[in-house]
Amino acid sequence: MRRAVIAFTAFLGGLIFLLASSTTMAWADGEGLKGTLRNQGQPVNGVKISVADEGNAPVADATTDAKGEWKIPVPKAGTYKVTLDQTSLPQGVSLKFKDRATLTVQVFEGNERNVLFALTSGNAGGENGTGTDATPSESSQYWTRVAQLGFEGLSLGLVIALGAVGLSLIFGTTGLTNFAHGELLTMGAFIALIFNTAGLHLLIAAPLAVIVSAGIGYAQDRWFWGVLRKRKTGVISMMIISIGLAIFLRYLFLFLFGGSGRPYEQYVAQEGIAIGPIFATPKSLVAMGIEIVVLIAVGLALLYTRIGKATRAVADNPALAASSGINVDRVVRIVWAAGTAIAALAGILLGMQQNLTYQMGLQVLLLMFAGVTLGGLGTAFGALVGSLIVGLFIQLSTLWIPPEMKTVGALAVLIVVLMVRPQGILGRRERIG
Amino acid sequence: MDWTLIFSRAVESGIGTEAVIYALAAIGLNVHFGYTGLLNFGQAAFLAVGAYAIAVTVSTFGLPFFLGVGIGLLLAVVLALLLGIPTLRLRADYLAIVTIAAAEIVRLVVRSVALEETFGGTDGIQAFSDSFYGLNPYPAGQYNLGSIIGFDERTMWVLTVGWVLVAASCFVIYLLMKSPWGRVLKAIREDEDAVRSLGKNVFSYKMQSLVLGGVIGSLAGFIFALSRSAVQPDLFSTELTFYAYTVLILGGAARILGPVVGSAIFWALLVLISTGLEEAVNSGVITFITVNQVGPIRFMLVGLGLILLLIFRPQGIFGDKREIALDAR
Amino acid sequence: MHADEAVANRKDGAQAVFAGLATEPGVAKPDPILVVDNVVRRFGGLTAVDVAHVEIQRGSITALIGPNGAGKTTFFNQLTGFDNADSGEWTFNGRRMNGVSAHKVARLGMVRTFQLTKALSKLTVLENMRLGAQNQLGESFLRALIPSLWRKQEDEITERAEELLQRFKLDAKRGDFAGSLSGGQRKLLEMARALMVKPELVMLDEPMAGVNPALTQSLLGHVKDLRQQGMTVLFVEHDMDMVRDISDWVIVMAQGKVIAEGPPDTIMSDDRVIDAYLGAHHDAPLSAEEEERQLAEAEAALVAEAGLASGAGPNETVTTRKEPVDE
Repeated sequence: MRRAVIAFTAFLGGLIFLLASSTTMAWADGEGLKGTLRNQGQPVNGVKISVADEGNAPVADATTDAKGEWKIPVPKAGTYKVTLDQTSLPQGVSLKFKDRATLTVQVFEGNERNVLFALTSGNAGGENGTGTDATPSESSQYWTRVAQLGFEGLSLGLVIALGAVGLSLIFGTTGLTNFAHGELLTMGAFIALIFNTAGLHLLIAAPLAVIVSAGIGYAQDRWFWGVLRKRKTGVISMMIISIGLAIFLRYLFLFLFGGSGRPYEQYVAQEGIAIGPIFATPKSLVAMGIEIVVLIAVGLALLYTRIGKATRAVADNPALAASSGINVDRVVRIVWAAGTAIAALAGILLGMQQNLTYQMGLQVLLLMFAGVTLGGLGTAFGALVGSLIVGLFIQLSTLWIPPEMKTVGALAVLIVVLMVRPQGILGRRERIG
Repeated sequence: MDWTLIFSRAVESGIGTEAVIYALAAIGLNVHFGYTGLLNFGQAAFLAVGAYAIAVTVSTFGLPFFLGVGIGLLLAVVLALLLGIPTLRLRADYLAIVTIAAAEIVRLVVRSVALEETFGGTDGIQAFSDSFYGLNPYPAGQYNLGSIIGFDERTMWVLTVGWVLVAASCFVIYLLMKSPWGRVLKAIREDEDAVRSLGKNVFSYKMQSLVLGGVIGSLAGFIFALSRSAVQPDLFSTELTFYAYTVLILGGAARILGPVVGSAIFWALLVLISTGLEEAVNSGVITFITVNQVGPIRFMLVGLGLILLLIFRPQGIFGDKREIALDAR
Repeated sequence: MHADEAVANRKDGAQAVFAGLATEPGVAKPDPILVVDNVVRRFGGLTAVDVAHVEIQRGSITALIGPNGAGKTTFFNQLTGFDNADSGEWTFNGRRMNGVSAHKVARLGMVRTFQLTKALSKLTVLENMRLGAQNQLGESFLRALIPSLWRKQEDEITERAEELLQRFKLDAKRGDFAGSLSGGQRKLLEMARALMVKPELVMLDEPMAGVNPALTQSLLGHVKDLRQQGMTVLFVEHDMDMVRDISDWVIVMAQGKVIAEGPPDTIMSDDRVIDAYLGAHHDAPLSAEEEERQLAEAEAALVAEAGLASGAGPNETVTTRKEPVDE
């Protein structure tokens, strides 16, 4: 079975290669922010727009031209705050949502990001304008944005799902809520970086890292978690131990790789391509393809292979599974190996979209938890569905709430869902007493 | 290497503001986790509520300081109710996830640009502690305690208030845990159904526990804000909660003084190690790491310490192995 | 002796009540303390409990028997508020009890024990007992802070607890953690703790499960004693000897329904009961296997008691006789 896992990951590596080489790579001439200001179809000129980085340090200013267009180049990919100076708006024109004069946006490598400010006529009209009076061009812009956000949400949801499936399987088979799962993503990403900086192309480094991670996952259970289980360590103890492990690993990465973001050697900057209303980089499309294939493969493996069925049996009732001849320890070890490998893959794919930092895993950990809990604790398919919902919700919610609040929305929904349906969306109701 | 500097810094940290803050945070967690078995992973939110209540009341709205304190306590109660109502009837791990999520929500909301006018965004809020320091009875100057450690008058004032709060909290917990009320909590930690079958309203007791621990957490938030005369959202990250857990487990869960001793030792050790390493690097004793790498090392040690504690001494320094909640299931 | 006479009287009195009753399911009793109507509980597609009508006679010892998976424990859970019935209603002392939460059920005088003993193992035996007392002043948050307000009551509670411990022969263990008790002692402790609530109706879920034979007689004596003190007892049990020995009336459940009722002597030969047990052939009242298992359990308990008296919780496995219920 171990061989099977390795073969499986090798297959995935090959897949990356195939998919990636089929798209032509192009280096962009730089990242930037741009937009067009229109009010009822008419361009609005002379409006001051300023951009600041995450630490509020100003980057540059611009003023819209006669076509209402503005453009501000930024030094590197990252998060920026774009502010529209409301005092520079012409008489009778105002922001539709006055609290959205500053937008926080993510700029990816090679991406010229479009930033939208919705304007409306009349100073007072802002508060209750919900878009019903939108002109055709505004509404088509709106739907473009919906499509773009939906795409980004799907992309985010798939990465979360990749991490969450492993998290959920480990929870299901061992009862461990693994707070160090985010660090498994980070670890995979950094292992790939080590191979990558040693001179291997990312297409070789990535599958290698996945295989190494599978080995680490196996070893982690063989010599750590498995030993703790044998010692009859309680699940709460194990949960807190995983917190300790997470802290240790996170700062180990900081120690080894430093605090600033590190990119891979390849595919750093790609020019986005437009597909219908959606604007995406080829690498993000490839990443999504890989994610979908892997998730389907995991699902099929769970449903139809012997080890998959055994895994589900163990998750359902370990004692019963053991008494019916399933080697529970072996199943758990394979789950750890596979879960870590998939997490590593998720980390690498995430690392391709953004820079690698020691905190990248921590940043998605809560979203993975949200996905797992939404879907129903311990059900792998629930984790998948839950993660996709979380990803989509996070991105689409920026239609109504400021982007910086999108995680707040997702977490709030998680809490509300738990109140209404504590077993999660696909979970089974538990018996009490 | 300057050994005096290393030891004086360590001792100062062991009784300093950080020790006070984490002691209070961990005392609150002790009520939740140590005595009642509630897995609250959102203690940082209670600290944030306390800290921001003072800062916003005084700095943003220009209202009196003690009103801020009152609002902070009130909001801590409200937050506990909000967290408890949906989760206290559910399984323990749900509380963990909901509280951790809630703590992130609080942090993200106070750091948001949209509410920058009120909460100060990522920069936080300053200039709200004047009336607190206006009450300072210590005249300006340096106060030396013993021969090697000393604090200025502002720190002395914060520490005095802080340690009085720690002592008061411990005394209250002592009284409560000796009483039948505490007995019900400890029983709930072990088996809710048994307690229910004996006619106790388990939900109500868990809620009382959540509120009490949360309010003590908000006290930690007050000291946090006042000691720095500033609040910043990212100080209240999930890691704060996890360090408070480390402090609690180090000292011994379900022990009155466990969190206090744990906090003092935690900070003294942490600073001893990091100052020691920095000194060693600066004086050329250790050459393979840089000063910048000392920071990560000390947090790696925290993580490692937490792992080793739970494996080899889950009862901590003070705890009674027969009476800890960790393996009660 | 006067006491013996009283026991005899109570027992005779209880049995006299049942003398003329029909042995039909749901037969009306002269003075019911608990009346149950149409209680239904489903799990998914499976109906675990579907009881049309049942009455429990005040002051009697009533046994609830039935093959594994008959829904006895689930029925207990419905009645005591530990699970929500899908429909139906029941009254205790004429008071409607459906939808009443578990702790209120206990406060109203209907106290249960559990199949898997729930002694609070990290509390001492005495603390376990004190917890059972009701209306404790010191259990309110604010009053707890002022010991003088509750100290006197605590002393009274302690006194009552000590008396009960003495009666249950646990007084020597009062300062020990409950986790160090043997399986049988835990059962005794749980029963004694339930009495601290001062219940009218005591509901025992398999009081004999995992108890070694040396303690069986003493447990039986305590159950009879409850009736003697005017309490009503409803218990679930597999051990037919015990049922025959102490119960005044037997209710038989199978597949969630009450299929028969009657006095212990006649109910064992009732065709419906035999069918139910034989139909559910995996668990006859006391099969050879069952007997063997109980013997093994008893032995394990004895070993545990002799050897590991101070160790924490050596008996968890011994008392674990989990019914693979209903799902």
